[in-house]
Amino acid sequence: MYELFKNLADWLTSGASWSGSDGIAHRLAEHLQYSLLATLIAAAIGLPIGLLIGHTGKGAFVAINLSSFGRALPTVGLVVLVFLAGGLSMLPVYVALVALAVPAIVTNTYAGMTAVDPDVRDAARGQGMRGHQVLFQVELPLALPLIMTGLRLALIQVVATATIAAYVSFGGLGRYVFDGLAQRDLVQVLGGAVLVAVVAIALDLLLSGLQRLLFRHRTA
Amino acid sequence: MIQFDAVHKRFPNGTTAVHDLTLEMPEGGVTVLVGTSGCGKTTTLRMINRMVEPTSGTIRVGGRDVTRQDAAELRRSIGYVIQQAGLFPHRTVLDNIATVPLLLGWNRKKARARAAELLETVGLTADAGRRYPHQLSGGQQQRVGVARALAADPPVLLMDEPFGAVDPVVRAQLQDELLRLQQELSKTIVFVTHDIDEAVRLGDQIAVFRTGGHLVQCASPAELLARPADDFVADFLGAERGLKLLSLKTLADVPRGPAPEGGVWTLVLDEANRPLHWASKETEIPLRPLKDTDSLLAALDESVASPTGLIVRVDADGVLTGVSSRDDIHEHAGRAHTQARVAA
Repeated sequence: MYELFKNLADWLTSGASWSGSDGIAHRLAEHLQYSLLATLIAAAIGLPIGLLIGHTGKGAFVAINLSSFGRALPTVGLVVLVFLAGGLSMLPVYVALVALAVPAIVTNTYAGMTAVDPDVRDAARGQGMRGHQVLFQVELPLALPLIMTGLRLALIQVVATATIAAYVSFGGLGRYVFDGLAQRDLVQVLGGAVLVAVVAIALDLLLSGLQRLLFRHRTA
Repeated sequence: MIQFDAVHKRFPNGTTAVHDLTLEMPEGGVTVLVGTSGCGKTTTLRMINRMVEPTSGTIRVGGRDVTRQDAAELRRSIGYVIQQAGLFPHRTVLDNIATVPLLLGWNRKKARARAAELLETVGLTADAGRRYPHQLSGGQQQRVGVARALAADPPVLLMDEPFGAVDPVVRAQLQDELLRLQQELSKTIVFVTHDIDEAVRLGDQIAVFRTGGHLVQCASPAELLARPADDFVADFLGAERGLKLLSLKTLADVPRGPAPEGGVWTLVLDEANRPLHWASKETEIPLRPLKDTDSLLAALDESVASPTGLIVRVDADGVLTGVSSRDDIHEHAGRAHTQARVAA
C-alpha cells in the first residue's frame, strides 16, 4: 500500500509524466477543453429554456420532467448509442456530456427565476418595464446566484464525467484511467482519478469563491 | 382627473372583483379606496395603470382611455407604490429611484441627480442613496418606494396599502410626510387602505367598497362620518365615528381666555412665555400645548388629561396665547357634528 502511494506521488511529481503529447499538462488541457465546451453548449441550451419557463411560468412541468429524465440517462450508454449511430468522432462524447449538464442548468435557472419576489416583479411591471426589461434588468440579475450555482454544478459533473472521451479513444485525463486499466498499471489509474478529482474540487472552490465575491451585497 | 365609467372586472375563475363602477377621482386630490379584503379596492387601483385589464367599461386618465395607450408607457406616466415597497434588491437606493427616468431614456447622470433630489424630498440622507434596500428599515424602504414613484414627476400617484407593513409610529410619520408632500406637489393620488383612520386622515374623498366589488358610498371624510349611507358603512367606520369626525376639525375657532390665577393649579411658563407644566403645592403635571392647527379630538383628549380641565393654547413658536375650557371644546365639538350633518 505504501509502495503504491509512493509510486503515485513519484508519478504525479516527475517532470517526465507532465510533458509531451501524452503528458499530464496536455491531457489536463484536453480535459478542460472538452468540459468547458460541453458546459458552454449546455448553457446555450439550458439557460434560455430555464429563463423562458421562469419568465412566462409556462411549460415548467414538461421542462422539469424532461430534465429529470435527462439526469437518469446513463452517460456511457449514451456515448455508445451515439457512437453506433454516428460513427467515431467527439460527437458522442459531447452529446453525452451536454445531456448530463443541461438538467442541472435548467432546473437551477428555473428555481432562481421562481425565487424572485412576486412583489418585485409586480413593481417592475408597474414602473413601466416591458417584458424583456423585467427579464434582463430584474429577474435575471436576481436569479443569477442560483443560475451560477447550476452552471457550477453542471461543470463539475461534466469534469468528473469527461473521462469517457478516452473510452472512445480520445484524450483527456480519462486516458490514464483507461490506459492504466488496459495495462494493469494501477498507479496510472489512480493518478488519473486523483487528477480528475483535484480539478473538479479546484473548479468548485474557484467558482464558489467567485460567486461569493460577486454577490457579497446580497442578503442570504 | 381619473374617471371610471361603468367599469366591470370579472376574473377568469368567475369571481366579480369590481361591479359596475362609476367614479371620479378629482385632479390634485387624494381619493382613498377602503373596504374589507376582497372588496375590489386593489383591483380598482390596478386597473388605472393596466396592471389589471377591465372586462368592460372605460377608465380615463386626464381624458384619455387607458386601454388605448401602450401599457408600459402609460405606467411610466403614473407613479406606483406598493406594500413592502417592492424595491429592486440588486440595485442601490439611488438606482431604484432612478428606474423610471432611465426607462424614459434620460441619461444616467441626469437620472441620478433627480434621484438624489428626491431622496431629500422624502427625508432620506444622501448616504442612504448608496445603500442597498435590505440595509434600510421598513419605513425608510417605503420612503424610497414613494421617491421612486415620484421620480419622473407623474401627475398621478397610485398607492396600494403603502404603509400597511410598518409599525403605527412610523406609519403616522409617513402619513404626515405624505400630507406635507401633497401640499407641495398637488398630485392626483389614489390610495388603497383597509385602515379607516388612515383614510380619514389622508383622504379628500373616501370611496367605501363592499365585498363583490360594489361601491357603497363616495364622500368627503366629514360627510362620510356624519352621514354614512347604510349600516355597512357605519359598521366599517367603527363605533367612535363622532370622535373621528372631531379629528377633522381644528381648534382654530374655539374661543380662548387668559390663564387662571390664584387657584390650586398654576400654569408655569418659561422666560419666553412658553408653557411648561401645571403645578400645585404638592406636585407638577405635564401638559401638551396645542396649536390652532391641532384637532378638536386632540383638544378633547388633552382636556381630559388636564387637572384643571383647561387646554393650553400656543402659537406656532410655542408661546402662550391663552387657555380654553372643557365646555368651550364640548360646545364646539357638538356644533361641528350638527354642521357636518346639515351641510352634508
